[in-house]
Amino acid sequence: MEKKKKHQNLRMILDFLRGSKALFILSMLFSALAALADMVAPQIVRITLDYILGSAPLDTLPSFAVRGISLAGGVAILRQHIAWIALALVSLALVKALCQYAYEVSRTAAAETLVKTMRDSLFSHIERLPYAWHMKNRTGDIIQRCTSDIDTLKNFLAEQMTNLIRIVVLLALSVAFMLSMNTRLTLIAMLPVPVIILYSFYFHRKIGEAFLDCDENEGLLSAMAQENLTGVRVVRAFGRERDERDGFEAQNSYYTDLWMKLARPLATFWSVGDVLSGTQILLTVVFGALYCIRGTMGPGAYIAFLSYCAMMTWPVRMLGRMISEMSKAGVSLDRIRYIMDSPEERDTGSGLEPDLTGDIVFDHVTFSYEGGNEVLHDLSFTIPAGTTLGILGGTGSGKSTLMLLLDKLYELPEEQGRISVGGVDLREIRTEYLRRNIGMVLQEPFLFSRTIAENIAIQDDALGLEGVREAARAACLDETVMGFSKGYDTMVGERGLSLSGGQKQRTAIARTLTRDVPILVFDDSLSAVDTETDARIRSALESRFGKATVILISHRITTLSRADRILVLDRGRILEQGSHEELKRAGGLYQQICQIQSGSGEVVA
Amino acid sequence: MSGKRRDSLRFFGIGRIIGRLGQYRVPLILMLLTSALGSAVDIGVPLFQRYALNRFVALGTLKGLPGYILLYVSVILVSAVLNYISCIYGMKIEVGVDRDLRNEAFAHLQTLSFSYYNRNSVGYIHARVMSDTQRIGELCSWTLLNGAWQGCYLVGAVAVMLLTNARLALLVIAVLPVTALLFGLFQRELTRVNRDIREVNSKITGNFNESITGARTIKSLVIEDRMERDFVADTREMRRKSIRAARLRGLFSGTMHFASSLAIALVLWKGGYIAGTEIGTFSMFLSYAQGMMEPVRWVVDAVGSLVTTQVNIERLCRLLETEPDVTDSPEVTEKYGDSFHPKKENWEPLKGDIEFEDVSFRYPDGEETVLEHFSLKIPFGTNLAIVGETGAGKSTLASLICRFYEPTEGRMLIDGRDARERSQLWLHSAIGYVLQTPHLFSGTVRRNLLYGNPDATEEEIWRALELVSARDLVEGLENGLDTEVGEGGDLLSAGEKQLISFARAILANPRILILDEATASVDTITEQKIQSAMETVIRGRTSVVIAHRLSTVRNADWILRVEDGRIVEQGTHEQLMAARGGYWRLYTRQYEDEETLGVLG
Repeated sequence: MEKKKKHQNLRMILDFLRGSKALFILSMLFSALAALADMVAPQIVRITLDYILGSAPLDTLPSFAVRGISLAGGVAILRQHIAWIALALVSLALVKALCQYAYEVSRTAAAETLVKTMRDSLFSHIERLPYAWHMKNRTGDIIQRCTSDIDTLKNFLAEQMTNLIRIVVLLALSVAFMLSMNTRLTLIAMLPVPVIILYSFYFHRKIGEAFLDCDENEGLLSAMAQENLTGVRVVRAFGRERDERDGFEAQNSYYTDLWMKLARPLATFWSVGDVLSGTQILLTVVFGALYCIRGTMGPGAYIAFLSYCAMMTWPVRMLGRMISEMSKAGVSLDRIRYIMDSPEERDTGSGLEPDLTGDIVFDHVTFSYEGGNEVLHDLSFTIPAGTTLGILGGTGSGKSTLMLLLDKLYELPEEQGRISVGGVDLREIRTEYLRRNIGMVLQEPFLFSRTIAENIAIQDDALGLEGVREAARAACLDETVMGFSKGYDTMVGERGLSLSGGQKQRTAIARTLTRDVPILVFDDSLSAVDTETDARIRSALESRFGKATVILISHRITTLSRADRILVLDRGRILEQGSHEELKRAGGLYQQICQIQSGSGEVVA
Repeated sequence: MSGKRRDSLRFFGIGRIIGRLGQYRVPLILMLLTSALGSAVDIGVPLFQRYALNRFVALGTLKGLPGYILLYVSVILVSAVLNYISCIYGMKIEVGVDRDLRNEAFAHLQTLSFSYYNRNSVGYIHARVMSDTQRIGELCSWTLLNGAWQGCYLVGAVAVMLLTNARLALLVIAVLPVTALLFGLFQRELTRVNRDIREVNSKITGNFNESITGARTIKSLVIEDRMERDFVADTREMRRKSIRAARLRGLFSGTMHFASSLAIALVLWKGGYIAGTEIGTFSMFLSYAQGMMEPVRWVVDAVGSLVTTQVNIERLCRLLETEPDVTDSPEVTEKYGDSFHPKKENWEPLKGDIEFEDVSFRYPDGEETVLEHFSLKIPFGTNLAIVGETGAGKSTLASLICRFYEPTEGRMLIDGRDARERSQLWLHSAIGYVLQTPHLFSGTVRRNLLYGNPDATEEEIWRALELVSARDLVEGLENGLDTEVGEGGDLLSAGEKQLISFARAILANPRILILDEATASVDTITEQKIQSAMETVIRGRTSVVIAHRLSTVRNADWILRVEDGRIVEQGTHEQLMAARGGYWRLYTRQYEDEETLGVLG
């Protein structure tokens, strides 16, 4: 089981890595080259000191170095032209700088390509997940998976992994170069390294929980501030400023104290780390001097040793922490895979694209949400082509479920009845085609963080301002929008002007009107529009969509009364049906609501 | 150096914040001191290497080695202790400053007027409280600590080199200004690109948010492809910008390594000759040449981060210096206390008479006068209704009654006395407010209900719930009163939230009750229930009902109709109907359709 999970995670990573693998390998290559250049420089200094300026015999050097010296003219010539060696160092530095640059760029290119692939795949996948999935999962949780889990994964692959490889290469190279000079000093110099790594690893493993605790409490504090700010009107109206402040201060102190408790362990960790690194240098200095005196090593090699020690101090100190933090990525992988493994919405039927101007028939439809009670009980009714059906019902009556089924946002199971348009079962109709031909305006319309014009034209880029305005006029929105200082270029949605409920609904209506559709659904979508505007919009709709089949869900009698037929739904069953005139006198729920809305008939103009 | 540092910090806005850091003066000085000393000790390390080479190696003797080791070890230990102390103080200052500023900002926000909240988005204000404070805390601790350390190192290393070999030292130092200049150029560009990246990043998060919260709309409109196209354009932009930033970072680190190698090459070229006699000095120069670029890079980095932090300081200070539009006079505060220290023993009971006396009003950030010379007496027990179209400005009157705003001219009288003669809290404690979009706090249903009246008994809670027909609702919840409502109450439906917030207002037993389109998001049946409950609820209080559904206000004692922010009609329902004005038109619209149909039929 565990193994299978690992395998699946790996497969997903490999899939995400398509297009960035080569870049990653390239960046590792440059990183190794840069490290190599770093390692060679102390060798040049050492050779200069011990062999060129000093008198160490050349035969202790590897043959390629000897060949290099003789190529440059031999020891004597070089001794007179130290500048050449300096120039060699500068050229080496230039190579190193170029490799460093190429490493940085290729690593970022790889990382960003990876992130782009992950984000694009997730976004595209989420877009195509069934609506039921969206209902089942919490928005905040999913967003977190798409943002911070992606970041964790990116950090793991593009920072931690590459850094780990880089540091390991660096360590291996320095050990190799050190070994080539003096085996015993290498062993002594490397002695503290495993201690430093293990110490740092265990420290970070232990303190990790405390960090998590801090993070969580910071989250709580942040949420407290957020709630206070969004609820400022409630806080003031109830005069609860003092309690709010006290609560915030208490949490703030608690959070701060958590950090303060970490001060000592953290400071101890750093100081002990300093001592360990200092010890490493000290050992090298003392034993290096010893070997130099004994003549087993030249001063140039001694200096080179010190350079290597200085180079590895920070990477080594980072290593333990990096290893301890690596485990986080596994959790993020699982969380992302949860999304990627959810199956996308797929057409099961034959994908027909029939004419949708026919009768809409609900035939013995029974439905319940996953794990819930039945919300629709054996419903049957027909909406003749080109007519308007009104639906009246309270919350939980099943009216919105009917529309979700009609739009195939929920799939009606095989044995629980049949919905058809023009005689064709919905299951056989291509989902995209069906939705494109149903204009659906929702009770709480969703507007995108774009301009009003872009929102209205979201289905059709090519609409142009005149097209947008025409739709807006039909929805009684044009006048309102022209009143805004930026007109149709006004940003709405989360990062823009917040429109009133009625303005939102009218924008959503305008958006629907940009396409000529045979079926229109208004799911309580005029509730926030005042009565006058409501009437104006309805007559505009009638002239525009005269021949469309319309479903009007509303709890307003004035809206419903225009419908050819009205269904009164109650807890998933049809309670009454008929025309407004019939129902008004039927003595049922409809009549009761009529009376409620007309003020029991007391007021007659 | 330290003097120069202080000046530039004042320049970076630290001067504005320094007054608030008084209590951290001693830790600050200790932190800077230990950090500088620690750096001084670190400068000594190459000197040890020099000694080893010049003495032990060159002379071929180990004489004095035990003393040498002892001294070296003690230097390491002293350095560790110094680092420990500066680290502890750094931490203390960071979280302390952070906490104090956050508390101050939060408390100040509790006194600011709604005009501030209208001008600034919640996200913006939240960032001031949470992240600006954090940035400033970092600046006061780690940035300063590092500054002292790196500055000292740079100065000390240069001094030691100059003292040892002035000619060679000048060669090495010559590399510094050029490098610093290059760093500066990259840094500026990098800051700019990073800002762009953050913007694109928040756009991408926003896209994810939309794709999830707008799932139904996206599916119904069949615009998945379009959304994806736009998303991919954003991620492409993100990659492009990030790679651009990487190029700059690459130039940055490439230059740094090159500069330090250049310095080493210079030492080798011009200093090689001393290797024969004083190889230790030569090695020391190599060490400094290698170690000096880090402080230079750091200084440039620090300048960059100071520029960004300066913005944080400015924004936070602007928040702290914003004065509330509505304030209590010193005399009032003296007697009634302020929001945080109420002197309830001096509070006279509030009766509930409200009067607009020749009130004119203009929003603090608006130009138009929305109320002109308006007078209205609302005696205790009156049910006042305000009707009109969405966005017509119905809430303005309620805000004035609550003293969320002060009249531009004229007076608001509460119980016959100017509202300004008593404290805001005195008034607010007597008000119950139900908003169109109800706001619940995370926690249990009980916590929310008790919000306006922490001392209410179980019995009172259930009575309030019953009054608004929410008993069934709460009983049906998984854990009854102890059910968690989620952040912002999001685990409940809009209608449920509204009923709870209604009950919350009732439970506070307010003298003045304000219902701001409170029934807009509940269905007709529930609305009708609330409607009949209202008869009971408003008894014994002054109430203001704001609505656009006129059937809900027929029984009000007095009705105001608002249009474009002005009061265009007022009277009782009967009077307004008889006047045959806009109210009558709106009210009868519902009947017109039926009448027409009736005639046709």
